[in-house]
Amino acid sequence: MSSMNRREFLQILAAASAAGFALDAPNVLAAGKGDALYELPKFGNVHLMHMTDSHAQLLPIYFREPTVNLGIGGAFGKVPHLVGEHLLKAYGIKPSGSEAHAFTYLDFVEAAKTYGKVGGFAHLSTLVKRIRASRPGSLLLDGGDTWQGSATALWTKGQDMVDACKMLGVDIMAGHWEFTLGDKRVMEIVEKDFKGKIDFVAQNVKTTDFGDSVFAPYSMKEMNGVKVAVIGQAFPYTPIANPRWMVPDWTFGIQDENMQKTVDEARAKGAQVVVVLSHNGMDVDLKMASRVSGIDAILGGHTHDGVPQPVKVPNKGGITLVTNAGSNGKFLGVLDFDVKNGKISDFRYKLLPVFANLLPADAEMAALIDKVRAPYLGKLNEKLAVSEGLLYRRGNFNGSWDQLILDAIMEVQGADIGFSPGFRWGTTILPGQAITFDHLMDQTAITYPQSTLTEMSGEQIKTILEDVGDNLFNPDPYYQQGGDMVRVGGLEYTCDPNSNIGNRIQDMRLKGKPLDASKKYKVAGWAPVGEGVTGEPVWDVVARYLRDKKTITPRKLNQPKLIGMAGNPGIA
Amino acid sequence: MNNTRRTVLKGAGATATLSALIAAGALKPTDVFANEWNKAAFEAKDAAGALKGIGAGTTADSKDLLLTAPDIAENGAVVPVGVISNIPNTTSISILVEKNPSPLTSSFEFANGAVADVAVRLKLGQTSIVRAVAKADGKFYTAQKEVKVTVGGCGG
Repeated sequence: MSSMNRREFLQILAAASAAGFALDAPNVLAAGKGDALYELPKFGNVHLMHMTDSHAQLLPIYFREPTVNLGIGGAFGKVPHLVGEHLLKAYGIKPSGSEAHAFTYLDFVEAAKTYGKVGGFAHLSTLVKRIRASRPGSLLLDGGDTWQGSATALWTKGQDMVDACKMLGVDIMAGHWEFTLGDKRVMEIVEKDFKGKIDFVAQNVKTTDFGDSVFAPYSMKEMNGVKVAVIGQAFPYTPIANPRWMVPDWTFGIQDENMQKTVDEARAKGAQVVVVLSHNGMDVDLKMASRVSGIDAILGGHTHDGVPQPVKVPNKGGITLVTNAGSNGKFLGVLDFDVKNGKISDFRYKLLPVFANLLPADAEMAALIDKVRAPYLGKLNEKLAVSEGLLYRRGNFNGSWDQLILDAIMEVQGADIGFSPGFRWGTTILPGQAITFDHLMDQTAITYPQSTLTEMSGEQIKTILEDVGDNLFNPDPYYQQGGDMVRVGGLEYTCDPNSNIGNRIQDMRLKGKPLDASKKYKVAGWAPVGEGVTGEPVWDVVARYLRDKKTITPRKLNQPKLIGMAGNPGIA
Repeated sequence: MNNTRRTVLKGAGATATLSALIAAGALKPTDVFANEWNKAAFEAKDAAGALKGIGAGTTADSKDLLLTAPDIAENGAVVPVGVISNIPNTTSISILVEKNPSPLTSSFEFANGAVADVAVRLKLGQTSIVRAVAKADGKFYTAQKEVKVTVGGCGG
């Protein structure tokens, strides 16, 4: 209740109840219901806070959860492949409340106006301090994808996020997009900035020559008399999904056997609680939990799934809890274990949405964020255009933000077809909101931003779509990479996710005509993973388009026709 | 990272490295090179032909034959593959990439109770089954894993 006095609050409350409004409108919430939301009774003696995939969002933002997150094969209808009402039903969340807004896309625009922005490191900091105060000794774990995703993170080479995380009190960290700053910059941060403060852990990053560990595989901490091991798991497919030349001497992979050895070693050294801080993605974590024994919990990220409660995965050692804590600073997971006589007797978990209106900004963190942004404010605040429609990214096949990028690169480059990567990060813009350069960078700020125009045969185009489709829909999670389908502009197609590689992509048509396997087409794209590709940064291309259009009409999404997906609770 | 060891080995050069591996029993050059070049097996154009070439017409799956390979190759041109046979009296290990134009990549022979433990880097033209075949007491055992080769990008 920062800017509202008690009298104003009572007036709003009276007006709200007179009008029959739901009582958790933001101002009402701010006056006390926020306390209830964040009132988390202390449980047990081991406490882990978990944040992941903030993608460098220092300020509060809007973030719309997906309408399409299909589960294929064994994942059909299972967490995290539930969207909208299916997710609410699975977790008994009441519709049209603040939690329903946090976990689903339902009535997004209206609900976003009601509940306001989410995340922001100053607000997150207030929440972290609150949890710490009730849980002495608790650890704050950062699952990675923290140093990338905004203009300031790109321009400061991650330094803004490194400083913010140190101030936030992160204890242990894992990584993925961090590696796109290059191996030298990662080592500089780990060995200098983080030294003695934050442990950067990864059991699955080795040197390509001798297979030596690049980072400590795990960190052992003592909390309230209990030894706790936190094992790091970097995104296993970093050198495939992102440029390999940025980490040429390192090899990744899932490495189940080494994970088992690491768990066993930590146990042998007296760990009574063993958790994995993972950037595998939730489907990979679920499979890993079934194969490796002795892990109490896998605190996961990468796939950006806001999962209200852990999945309990049985394995030969017992049960492993698997969580996923969403993205963009929207959530903070709190896992409490009660350890008695060296064994976990029970647990509690809560994935807390970070509502900026309900958590006053921490002054020290707010000052740091202001300082970081100050030199760039002129550029960041440039209004490029106004969006008439909702702009979002998340979803298996396309988002309106991606469609806007596709429309821009195809028009500027004079291309027949556009490809835009299936990234899952990127914030949301409400109808009527101005698109600033800052917002555009939220969608595009990467260290390999070149825009490209390539001649590709119909056959090559099909090969690429099949390849990316298999990274998403292969029924074995270990062959998935955790991103979404490449966004496609201009080209219409049909997708059969249940089919196998080579047969998923069908009936490709350009302006109604079937794609010719041997004919060459002009394809606009960006984010090449190969070394030495030149091209104008995509944000400059899109910024030019936006300045030129001034008003962005609601986008018409190019989405494939789907085969065999009727009744899948992963699609709205 | 053990940088001292890396520097020592780099300084000593490839010959010394190889000698060290031989001394450690990882390679037995005399055993390997003493055998005739199996032309038919190495030039076979499909997996069935290659298996026939090494005499492994019939094979049995074995849990004692451990094949290590990535699920998705970071670089299809150099895919690290390791094979360890814990089957008693193993006398040879062969490794096939079934979809390669010439599937048989390598064949190692072990004598006098040498530890059947090999590591190679293989080139995969496309997503393929990688198959290890071990020979012990005249019988052939096999283990396999699919290694995916992808164009990359678009993740995360």
